[in-house]
Amino acid sequence: MSTLEIKNLHVSVDTPEGTKEILKGVDLTIKSGETHAIMGPNGSGKSTLAYSVAGHPKYQITEGEVLLDGEDVLDMSVDERAKAGLFLAMQYPVEVPGVSVSNFLRTAKTALDGEAPKLRHWVKDMKASMEQLRMDPAFAERNVNEGFSGGEKKRHEILQMELLQPKIAILDETDSGLDVDALRIVSEGVNRVKETTGLGVMMITHYTRILRYIKPDFVHVFVDGRIAEEGGPELAEQLEAEGYDRFLASA
Amino acid sequence: MTVTDHTRATSDAAHSHGLAAPTPDASRADRPTSFDVDAFAMPTGREEDWRFSAVRDLAPVLADVEAGGTLDWSVPDLPEGVTLTDLDVASARERSVRAPGDRASAVAAAHSGGAKVLAIAPGTIVDEPITITVTGNGADARGHLLVEAGTNSEAAVVIERKGSATYSEFVSVDLGANAGLKLVLLQMWDADAVHAGEVVARLGRDSRLRGSVVTLGGKVVRLNTSVAFAGEGARVDLFGLYFADAGQHQEHQLFVDHAVPRCTSRVTYKGALAGATARTVWIGDVLIRKEAEGTDTYELNRNLVLSDGARADSVPNLEIETGEIEGAGHASATGRFDDEQMFYLRSRGISEDLARKLVVRGFFADLVQEIGVPEVEQGLMDAIELELEHVNEELSEDAHG
Repeated sequence: MSTLEIKNLHVSVDTPEGTKEILKGVDLTIKSGETHAIMGPNGSGKSTLAYSVAGHPKYQITEGEVLLDGEDVLDMSVDERAKAGLFLAMQYPVEVPGVSVSNFLRTAKTALDGEAPKLRHWVKDMKASMEQLRMDPAFAERNVNEGFSGGEKKRHEILQMELLQPKIAILDETDSGLDVDALRIVSEGVNRVKETTGLGVMMITHYTRILRYIKPDFVHVFVDGRIAEEGGPELAEQLEAEGYDRFLASA
Repeated sequence: MTVTDHTRATSDAAHSHGLAAPTPDASRADRPTSFDVDAFAMPTGREEDWRFSAVRDLAPVLADVEAGGTLDWSVPDLPEGVTLTDLDVASARERSVRAPGDRASAVAAAHSGGAKVLAIAPGTIVDEPITITVTGNGADARGHLLVEAGTNSEAAVVIERKGSATYSEFVSVDLGANAGLKLVLLQMWDADAVHAGEVVARLGRDSRLRGSVVTLGGKVVRLNTSVAFAGEGARVDLFGLYFADAGQHQEHQLFVDHAVPRCTSRVTYKGALAGATARTVWIGDVLIRKEAEGTDTYELNRNLVLSDGARADSVPNLEIETGEIEGAGHASATGRFDDEQMFYLRSRGISEDLARKLVVRGFFADLVQEIGVPEVEQGLMDAIELELEHVNEELSEDAHG
């Protein structure tokens, strides 16, 4: 049982026009097995939340805390956060030339566990996960994200999540730019990992479509760097019908 | 038809060179060659073949004077059919496959004090690689070396250069009919060495040259390789691996001259750069002459920039005078290992040092295996790891200092 606690998080970035505050006091608690949908208009700070928790150097935390099972996450380096059990599925996964998918995954798994995985199990797990994500076996020998289609990149993110087995995963617009078939495959993957590992999920999305495939326990509406409203799955339905106008007008 | 393109990665945006591309020579074949030093003007850095060079650091090897020093040659017991002998300057000129192509190598040949000839007698088959180590003791030295692989011979020669020196050399490589030669030149110099070299090879009918160049050490290394096909059915594979840290300038120029029909050439050079002021230059010229029907050629250069401020220049040139060829192509790309890639790998639990190793190992691994001399390959992966240790120390000091 794990808990990620975000308390009064304020985050700024440097821009050519000076320092700009993006997150203005975010409070959010995610426990194992829970799925939280973070919804909101573009530019509201959803991705900033994701990257700040993962530790991207671009974002400066000016106030607040992030705790994973009571441990101070903000004090950890990026790789230490991953070792503590955090995972970020990125909206725009990065190409890494010269490093094959299989080498990348094995190196990450070894780094996280502190020892190399048993080869036979590892090969079997990887093959099974790739099959379920409908990924061609040849994929394993391609360079990380190099020449991948949008859908392949997202499936590759979920493949990593399944094999690396984090405690809490942040999915940053994993649904954006996917056709319905790819969305279904990716969603099945997330649900499968939740079921088998009790993963806690923070699902950042602009659209409600993914919520048909991954059922949220909680929905948070993010506007202008804060959570403006919270509720159950019914809030997502309301947003699908009404859009974000109501929140934008008040903001 | 002349096809020219040029890719350049300048990681440091503030760093501008304003280099106008000079007009390329009418043909690469028109460049002069001569043993007469005065046939070559003192380079200013504006010439086509010197425009990316560290001309100021190379000044000592461009002066038409005696150097005075020598390098220490460590030669193993040579197998039967292989000899290493001395040759006077005048005879060495006669026996070289052609004259020097620039001032540095003309000076090297003129002031070598005599050449060394490594000869593999016709029909000799040597299984083990012949490894010669040449060590500088801080001296200023010139050298002229002839490698002669006789008809139907087969051998692998590894020449490792280390220590500290200001060294220039002219190396002539002559492959007789159906000879097979693997020639590996390792530049493992100390950090202050300056090295200018020209390797010129002539390939007889059906011969095969597998030439590998590895440049890890030295302050400035400028190593130019030219291959001319003299008989049909020959093949050359040229591999290069270089890794420049802060303060290093590594330049590799290549010229493959397809002058006869049905020959094959493959050129693959890969380089990594780390640290501000790390600098690499690759120029790959291929000429397919009118007579060279059935030519098959491909050249590739890849560079991996690991940190801000490093600069890689890459200039492939393909000159084709006949349409009756099998294939001709080139590719050049310079990629950056940047903060976003680092963040991506680290967010998967991979440490900063390991992330860099992962990328560099992956980048070089296939190339190392191509050298074809197992004794060199293992040592080389270790040497690259060592380079990376230095780089990791430097870059983490930068990041935290």
